[in-house]
Amino acid sequence: MTALADPPRQQFQVDANRTSSDSPRRAAVRRALSNYKTARDRTGATFTDWKSARAAAATIKHEAVNHLDQYLEEFEQKFTARGGKVFWASDSKQARDYILNLAEAKGVRSIVKSKAMTGEEIHLNQALLEKGYGVVESDLGEYIQQLKGEAPYHFVFPCMHLRRDEISDLFEKELGTAKTDSPEELTMIARRVLRRAYIEADMGISGGNFIVADTGMISITENEGNARLTVGLPKIHVALIGIEKVVPRLGDLALFLPMLATAGTGQHLTGYNSMYGGPRQPGEIDGPEEFHVVFLDNHRTRLLADPEQRDALHCIRCGACLNVCPIFKNIGGHTYGTTYQGPIGSVITPHFRGLEDWKHLSGASSLCGACTETCPVGIDIHHHLLHNRRNAAAQKPAAGEQLLWKAFTFLMKRPALYRLATKFAPLGSLLHPLIARTMVDPVRSWTDTREFPAAPLHSFRAQFKAHQRAQTLASNLGGTQ
Amino acid sequence: MRVTLFVPCFIDSLYPNVGMAMVHVLERLGHTVEFPENQTCCGQPPFNSGYWDEARVVAAKQIAVFKDAEVILSGSGSCGAMFKVFYPELFHGQPMEPEAKAIAAKTWEFSEFLVNKLGVTDLGARFEGRATFHDGCHGLRELGTKLAPRELLKHVKGLELVEMGEAETCCGFGGTFAVKYPQISTAMAEVKCNSIQETQADYVISNDSSCLMQIGGWLNRNVGSIKCLHLAEVLASR
Repeated sequence: MTALADPPRQQFQVDANRTSSDSPRRAAVRRALSNYKTARDRTGATFTDWKSARAAAATIKHEAVNHLDQYLEEFEQKFTARGGKVFWASDSKQARDYILNLAEAKGVRSIVKSKAMTGEEIHLNQALLEKGYGVVESDLGEYIQQLKGEAPYHFVFPCMHLRRDEISDLFEKELGTAKTDSPEELTMIARRVLRRAYIEADMGISGGNFIVADTGMISITENEGNARLTVGLPKIHVALIGIEKVVPRLGDLALFLPMLATAGTGQHLTGYNSMYGGPRQPGEIDGPEEFHVVFLDNHRTRLLADPEQRDALHCIRCGACLNVCPIFKNIGGHTYGTTYQGPIGSVITPHFRGLEDWKHLSGASSLCGACTETCPVGIDIHHHLLHNRRNAAAQKPAAGEQLLWKAFTFLMKRPALYRLATKFAPLGSLLHPLIARTMVDPVRSWTDTREFPAAPLHSFRAQFKAHQRAQTLASNLGGTQ
Repeated sequence: MRVTLFVPCFIDSLYPNVGMAMVHVLERLGHTVEFPENQTCCGQPPFNSGYWDEARVVAAKQIAVFKDAEVILSGSGSCGAMFKVFYPELFHGQPMEPEAKAIAAKTWEFSEFLVNKLGVTDLGARFEGRATFHDGCHGLRELGTKLAPRELLKHVKGLELVEMGEAETCCGFGGTFAVKYPQISTAMAEVKCNSIQETQADYVISNDSSCLMQIGGWLNRNVGSIKCLHLAEVLASR
């Protein structure tokens, strides 16, 4: 991924301009997501009532998020009673340091990791590699991205932007394998590397899809079985999970597991759904000797403190909002420059990393609302983009823009002046072609790529007045006959 | 019924025929149409840009202008959503909240008003051609308008309506977004317009002129042969 040498907004502009004109890549992403949509619609239709299911899911997450302290402590109590350890990390440094210290204390040499966006969020791999630990991503898509030296493109489909031949070329370059066009062969190449990594690793790091409070377990859903091996084989397991992932009861997963699968990939259920409740117990023949859960805050409590946008913590990271977002489809995941891409990322990143630096993501939206419409847990995503814009303008108004809106307001609250101004529209239309698409064209950012409509000679006001006069005349004439 | 029109600023200046078509449709149905002279803009541009104080000043002006209306009819789903959905939010906790809510309660989008308030679906319109319908996002997702325009178009004699694959996909207009991020906006227009072209339609119809400005702007630059029409223009034709 591109280093953030430029301020995020400038980097975004440059990248968005480049990616939005990359027609082949846009078409490929659109095709992939159109297949997703077909699958999701088909699976969604098998719910008796998807709308009620969403409402129920939103209610459960609302309950969980509004009682985070209570449910997380309930988890901790149950989990530690079985010998697990819980570490509460306020920020990314604390989380990294805990994992690094643990690795050092236990004499860990190599680490295998299953998919965890929290790991991306705290730049865990980088920290581990810097300290000399070998770390291998075991999710196929993440493994490909790791080989490529790139951040995930999409937080559910990490390498969805790559073509098969690009992956084959990457494997050839990095692993010295022969070119192939077969997805099965590509998978087998990765599997050979990964199987060795599981066996050699003395620490496995995972994320977690749900924290189940009443049983003190974490739930991981995956399609490749890699997380089971990551968790089960090494002698130490560390799960790095955002504190918002909690659900109150085991029974809640009866709703959330099929819902996450449907919204995330269009599957009825994800291939593997596992529950982990602690390290190996006496008499058990497998499982890790030590099991650490790292609860990651990293500014989630900042979002929790905002009652207007708190529901953004309902997110189960299904990625559905990315999959339907016309902005995501046209600029791609890397352009955002964030751990969490797409609409939900544009909502939460300003809370995590600062509004001033990340407000542009809320601006780069047509506010079409497709994200909110699809969100399985009822987050008011596109209105939160609007709220971020409002908060950003209130926090630090852009001088030029504020002046523009003050002038706009001055005009719009003076109907007579406004009417006078609109009288010049036809003249403007007449003269505009002379300067259209030149340096002095005031609407050049429109006319560079699109035609601007010409204002007809008579505005609606004028036409309506004439129409009323004609009607009055007709009725007067009618009356004298 | 006494129907008060809200004619958004850009329809007033750039698409006056849309406003007049609404007038003709309503008068043919026997309603009295009025247009308060002192209306200007709904305030959505500063609102969407985050400048809510400025938006409130403009919105307060419209609320005063439309205070005595029986029903308010908007020819744009987007400006209609501003009245109906965002005025109550904009004035939430403010002294003018009750007035804002009153305005919201009597505001209708054009097609919803005809079908769901008046119960009319056949306006006796005739329009020859093959057309596809674009759902404006604000109309579709803020106001929930999906079936009403199609119901009305189904009864237009001579009109063949073909649904496009990307009917519900945003055209990329998004108000100031279209000029703040022109490349992204244009990429979205391209996707939309390619889907329109796949239907081999001669016309794109929508209940939102702002989307049509974007779609028409792209089509006129790149294609040329497909025409944009507001729903009211089709319904007014004989």
